[in-house]
Amino acid sequence: MRTATPPTAPSGTVAGALRMWDYWLTVLARTWKGGVITTFVTPFFYVLALGVLLGGFVQADPATLEGADSYLAFVAPGMVAAHAMTIAFSEMTYPVYGMVKWQRIYFSMIASPLTAAHIVLAQLGFLMLRTLFACGVFLLVLAPFGVFESWWGALVAWLVQGLVVLAFGTPVLLFSLSIKGEESFALIFRLGMIPLTLFSGTFFPVANLGPVLEKVAMASPLWQGVDLTRMLALGEIDWLAAAVHVVYLGLLAGVCWWLAVRRLGERLVS
Amino acid sequence: MALFNAALGATVARPLRGSEAARLLLWRNVMVYRRAWLVFITGFLEPVFYLLSIGIGVGAMVVGFEYAGRPVDYREFVAPGMIAASAMNGSLLDATFNFFFKLKYNKLYDQMLATPLRTVDIAIGEILWNQLRSGIYVTAFLLIMVAMDLVHSWWAVLVVPAALLIGTAFGAVGMALTTYMSSWQDFEKITLAMMPMFLFSATFFPVTAYPGWLRWIVELTPLYRGVVLCRDLTLGVPSWGALVSVVYLLAFGAVGLVVVRRRLDKLLLT
Repeated sequence: MRTATPPTAPSGTVAGALRMWDYWLTVLARTWKGGVITTFVTPFFYVLALGVLLGGFVQADPATLEGADSYLAFVAPGMVAAHAMTIAFSEMTYPVYGMVKWQRIYFSMIASPLTAAHIVLAQLGFLMLRTLFACGVFLLVLAPFGVFESWWGALVAWLVQGLVVLAFGTPVLLFSLSIKGEESFALIFRLGMIPLTLFSGTFFPVANLGPVLEKVAMASPLWQGVDLTRMLALGEIDWLAAAVHVVYLGLLAGVCWWLAVRRLGERLVS
Repeated sequence: MALFNAALGATVARPLRGSEAARLLLWRNVMVYRRAWLVFITGFLEPVFYLLSIGIGVGAMVVGFEYAGRPVDYREFVAPGMIAASAMNGSLLDATFNFFFKLKYNKLYDQMLATPLRTVDIAIGEILWNQLRSGIYVTAFLLIMVAMDLVHSWWAVLVVPAALLIGTAFGAVGMALTTYMSSWQDFEKITLAMMPMFLFSATFFPVTAYPGWLRWIVELTPLYRGVVLCRDLTLGVPSWGALVSVVYLLAFGAVGLVVVRRRLDKLLLT
């Protein structure tokens, strides 16, 4: 039998975050069933209803569909990116708020040698793994529909979802750490998530919005993610645009990450 | 008991009349939402966003189709589908998640039953509040439709009571099902029924997209009945199908109400 070693402070942020792996594994083991339908069945139904059935009534012209030769091929990558965003919203709202306000789990974490930076990294790491798993399944479901131009495009598109989820996960995390009451979530869903999903080029080309609103839609982080995913899926890559998307999403994630760590520190220590 | 009350010199609590009880519950809900008025106001936005996105954005690319023997603009086709779907979604959210919370965690109804309110008053009061709320939302949506020049018939006015009927029917059944739930995980089953109905009940595309036998199944779903009813009214082409829908929804709701009443008696009074 080993003798218990005295608790030590973790040597780095990653080491600290990894101290929580068993906690997050337990969370996953206890909650994955609750998310099966929303994670796997919902996207499949959306593809079937809007992509295949409604798509049957859509005039498929690559000139108006950003290079896609069917509506399904156009809408599928958009739905994947929108799905990553949805997971970010669902994981970073009520669950995070509960950790601060109801179950106060963050408080017990901070009572150990862990710091806010460790907690945020572990939380986002969990989010990212969950998203990559869900989006991976989504992409596999889509593959037989013949909507991907190349296997490597689909593979990179899959990895891009990790970036997309961070670009949404970190601002939403920041939001959840900053609000006073859970009523605010209804607003962020209605005024944030739903309009983003519907007007960011997911279901129709942003060009259909007219010249002014098109620019507004292009500023939305979801459009950045959707366009990046779509270019990879359709194999029509504008490398400059792709680089802009990556930098945009990366900057958004980085800044909000930093702010979230600070905010969590304030909230837990004050 | 009477002697006891007389001895205390307190006024004997007399049973409330149904109308008084309902008024009290309505008033309670008004008080609750007074603090979350922004949540209340934005409640009607979701179907509007869907109308703008799918109806106009995707509609711009949709090959037209016929309804009731005449060509119909895609926006005019989708809008009534959104009314019916949002009547279902709105009332189900209230009747399932919120109702469960009040029933199980808040113990709200246990408290109410300590007053002269009866279980039937609770069921009716909650449904009335639901109706008031959706009535406001549907009217707002209808006005937006008028402003977008999507309404050309006075029959459309009847879409407000039609949506209330849909809301009541789903609300009653939703509440009835909720009384059988033991944990939040069970709500996945509600999602599993709600989401395919939202997507496949001829909300976004005509029922002719399905092969024969599947079409029959779709036509039997309560949401499809609601969609047909709303569509016939806003397009100004009332049909026997719409009348069938009314009877169907009335029966659906009545069964739900009877079950709710009995289950509440069982859960709260024994």
